[in-house]
Amino acid sequence: MIPGSHCLILSAVLFTLGVIGVFIRRSAIVIFMCIELMLNSVNLAFIAFARQNQTLDGQLIVLFVMTVAAAEAAIGLAIILALYRKRKTLNVDEINLLKG
Amino acid sequence: MNLVLPIFYILAFGAVVSGVMVVIQKNPVICAMFLITVMLCLAGIYLLLFAEFIAVVQVIVYAGAIMVLFLFVIMLLNLEKEVKAIIKSPFQKVAGLVLGILLVGVLAAAVFAARQPVPGTQAVEPGAVSNSISIGRMLFSRYLLPFEITSVILLIAIIGVILIGKKKL
Repeated sequence: MIPGSHCLILSAVLFTLGVIGVFIRRSAIVIFMCIELMLNSVNLAFIAFARQNQTLDGQLIVLFVMTVAAAEAAIGLAIILALYRKRKTLNVDEINLLKG
Repeated sequence: MNLVLPIFYILAFGAVVSGVMVVIQKNPVICAMFLITVMLCLAGIYLLLFAEFIAVVQVIVYAGAIMVLFLFVIMLLNLEKEVKAIIKSPFQKVAGLVLGILLVGVLAAAVFAARQPVPGTQAVEPGAVSNSISIGRMLFSRYLLPFEITSVILLIAIIGVILIGKKKL
């Protein structure tokens, strides 16, 4: 049996890696990939809790999280494509039209 | 001899190492490849946690469709390696690492603080009924409204992608 706390700590480590990636990287598409990493870590936490509480609610929620993540990935990538077409760069330091 | 715990540690180590490589690598295609490795390791962990349906859905949908979409866009944009961020002082790297470790510490403390299991809706013993059958039963009885709403979400996503991706709006 896998201790539930081990799974949750793995989920915490993966979430932190995603957060560090969002702060460090400069390319919009890699930032998006780190957001997907965070979503995956949350999925792992849900499944760990579903196993710990002996229910299936966590697995159902993971199904919905995956669906929403797919929709969000499609729209986000369309936005990134439109951004690249307009500004010819994906470096988030240079996409600063709203900067004062 | 029980192999579940060693396999879990191997998969967890693979997931963490691949996650670190996602954050570090300069070439976006290699980042996507390591993200696929993270997802495959997590699918293996889901199998160990008695979530067979979710493991297969993860491989098919996440690693097989979403990451392929990512790779399509990366190849379409023909991205080169990315330039490094402008780091004003070397103190930033140390501070970032320390704060990252503190974040893991805070989340781990939350894990160890709340330990009582919460009684859920339907008790499930692994192996009695197939996981897909149980999920299907719950999906169409208790979670019917979220299920229908996700279909609307997907429709909205399709419309949004077509509109945003047009050459002239």
